[in-house]
Amino acid sequence: MDILNILALALGEMISPTTITFVLCAIGLSVHFGFTGLLNFGQAAFAAVGAYGMAIGIITFHLPLLLAVVMGLVASALFALVLGSPTLRLRADYLAIVTIATSEVFRYFMTTIGFAGVTGGSNGLSQFGKEFWAMNPIPEGDYNLGFVSYRSDQLFVLAVGWGTIIVGALILRLLMRSPWGRVLKGIREDEDAVRSLGKNVFAYKLQALMVGGMFASIGGMIFVLNLSNVQPQTWTTNFTFTIWSVLLLGGAATILGPIAGGMIFLGLISLTQGIMGGMVEMGWLPFLTQPDVAQIRFILIGLSLMLLVIFRPQGLFGNKKELQFNG
Amino acid sequence: MANEVGVDVSKIAVGEVGPGCKKVDPILIADGVKRQFGGLTAVDVAHLEIPRGLITALIGPNGAGKTTFFNLLTGFDKPNQGSWSFEGKDLAGVSSYKVARLGMIRTFQLTKALSLLTVIENMRLGAQKQPGESFFTSLIRPLWIKREREITETADSLLKRFKLDAKREDYAASLSGGQRKLLEMARALMSSPKLVMLDEPMAGVNPALTQSLLDHIKELKNTGTTVLFVEHDMHMVRHISDWVIVMAEGKVVAEGPPSTVMKDQAVIDAYLGAHHDTDLGTLTVSTDTTTLKSTAQETD
Repeated sequence: MDILNILALALGEMISPTTITFVLCAIGLSVHFGFTGLLNFGQAAFAAVGAYGMAIGIITFHLPLLLAVVMGLVASALFALVLGSPTLRLRADYLAIVTIATSEVFRYFMTTIGFAGVTGGSNGLSQFGKEFWAMNPIPEGDYNLGFVSYRSDQLFVLAVGWGTIIVGALILRLLMRSPWGRVLKGIREDEDAVRSLGKNVFAYKLQALMVGGMFASIGGMIFVLNLSNVQPQTWTTNFTFTIWSVLLLGGAATILGPIAGGMIFLGLISLTQGIMGGMVEMGWLPFLTQPDVAQIRFILIGLSLMLLVIFRPQGLFGNKKELQFNG
Repeated sequence: MANEVGVDVSKIAVGEVGPGCKKVDPILIADGVKRQFGGLTAVDVAHLEIPRGLITALIGPNGAGKTTFFNLLTGFDKPNQGSWSFEGKDLAGVSSYKVARLGMIRTFQLTKALSLLTVIENMRLGAQKQPGESFFTSLIRPLWIKREREITETADSLLKRFKLDAKREDYAASLSGGQRKLLEMARALMSSPKLVMLDEPMAGVNPALTQSLLDHIKELKNTGTTVLFVEHDMHMVRHISDWVIVMAEGKVVAEGPPSTVMKDQAVIDAYLGAHHDTDLGTLTVSTDTTTLKSTAQETD
C-alpha cells in the first residue's frame, strides 16, 4: 500500500473539478437552506439546467461561450421561477417534495428521444468545449504542485473553478451582510413575522431560489466543461444528496462551510477508498473484495455524517452560539 | 365603578353607543366581514369602527374570533365575504405585507421573535424603506449604509425605551418570554406605524414586566399611535383602554367605554359568565405597586 500516493490522490481530489462543482452547488444550497430555510432537494436539476443551457446555447444556437453561460444562468433563473411560483407560497416541506420530483422529471426529459435533436437524448451532448479550452492561457506542459502534477488544461479548469468559487463566496458575503440577507435570515426564522413587518416574503424566497440555483448552474457548467460532455445520468438524486452532505458537513448558514465541507468530504471519500482498497489488496480484510470497498466507504461516510449531525448539528464551521438554542 | 380613564364618550362615538356604532374619527372600518371554517362561523362582524388615536381593547371569551378577526384585518387570512378599509384605503384582498407597509403593524399571540437573529437585527428588520433590502442595491454598500445608520439609531433608542439595550447583541432566542414580547412590540414600532395591533401582549408576561408593557402601550397613545389590542386580563383592559369592543361567537356584542361595557348585561353573559359577581379589584390609573398587589390578591 502506497500511503504517499493515496494521500496525494486525496489531496488532489480536494481541489478537483468535481469538488469545485459540489462546492458551488453547496454554496447555492446554503443560500436556499442555510440562509432562507428553503428545503430544496433538487439542486442537481439546477446544476443540470445550467450545464444543458450552456451546452445547448453553444451547439444549437452557436453562441459564443460567454453568451452561452449567460443563457445557462437565465435558464436556471427561469427554472427557479417556474418551480418556485406555485410552491413557495406553501409550507417548506411541499417545496422539498416538488423539487425532488422536478429534478427527476428534468432528467428524464433530457433523456427523451423526442428532444434528442437538441438535448442529445441519453447520449447527452459533447463538442461544446472548444472555445473554453482555446481560452487557456497556460503554456502546454506538466506542472508539479508538489503532491501531484497537472497538465496545463487541468490547471486551467482548476484556476477557473476556484476563481469562480472565490468570486462567488465574496458576492455571497456581500449579500448576506446586507439588509437583503437579513430579510432572508428573518424568513428562515419565521416568515409570518417578516411578513407582518411589511416584507414581500414570496418575492424574497423566489430571489433566494434563483440566486442559489444560479450558483449550482455555474457548478454544473464547470463539471461538464471539464468532462467536455454532458450526460443526463449525472444529475441523479445521488448528486443532490452529495451536495447536502457537503453543506451539512461544513455548516449550513456559513459561506466558508460549503467550501471546506466539499474539500473534506470528497477528500475523505478518496482517502477511505485508497486506504481500504490498499488494505484489501494486502489481504488485511479477507472478507472484502475491491468492489465492496466502493460501497463500504459510502456507508462509513454516511455514518460519520449521522454522527456529525447528532453531535455537531451546526457543521464544522457553523456558529457554536447558535447551537445552544436548537436543543 | 367610575371610569378611571375619564373618557368623554361624545368625543369618540357619534350618536348612541352600541355594537357597531359610528365613530367621530375612525381609522379602521370593517363591513360585513365573515369568515367560516367549514360549518363554523368564526367571525361575522356586521359593522365596526376603530377610533383613531385611542387605545381600543378587543375582548371576548376563548373562541370568540378575536385572533381570526385580527388575521383577516391584517391580510393573514381571507374572509368569505366583507370589506374593510384603513384610513379610507380599501384593504380587502390586500396582501399582509402591503397592509403592514400602509402603517398597520400587528404582533402575534405566540410571540414571533426571530430566534437566531440578534436583538438589534430583529429591530432593524422592522424598519421600512431600506434600499439595501432589494437585491441589486444590497450589493453596493454605499447605497444603503446611510439609511442603515438611521435605522440603527431608531432601533437603539427604542431598545433603550423598552430596556432591552443590554441585550442588543444577544440572540433573540436567549431572551425570556416577556422580553420577547417587548422585543416584538419594539420591533413593530420601528416603522412608526399609525395603527398597532397587539394580539394578547400580556400573555405569559410576569407582573413586573406587565407594568412596563402597560406603560409602553400608554406611551404609544401619547405619540399619536392608535392601538388595538386583544386581551384577556380585565384589569389591563380597564386601566389602559379608552374603548372596549366585546366579541362573542364571532359577533360584536357590545362596545363602549370600559366602565360602561363591564356593566353591560350582554358582556356579563357572554364573557364573564358565572363569575360576574367576583370582585375585579379596585385599581387606579397610576398603577405602580397597586397592580402587583391587586394581581396578587386576585390570585389568592
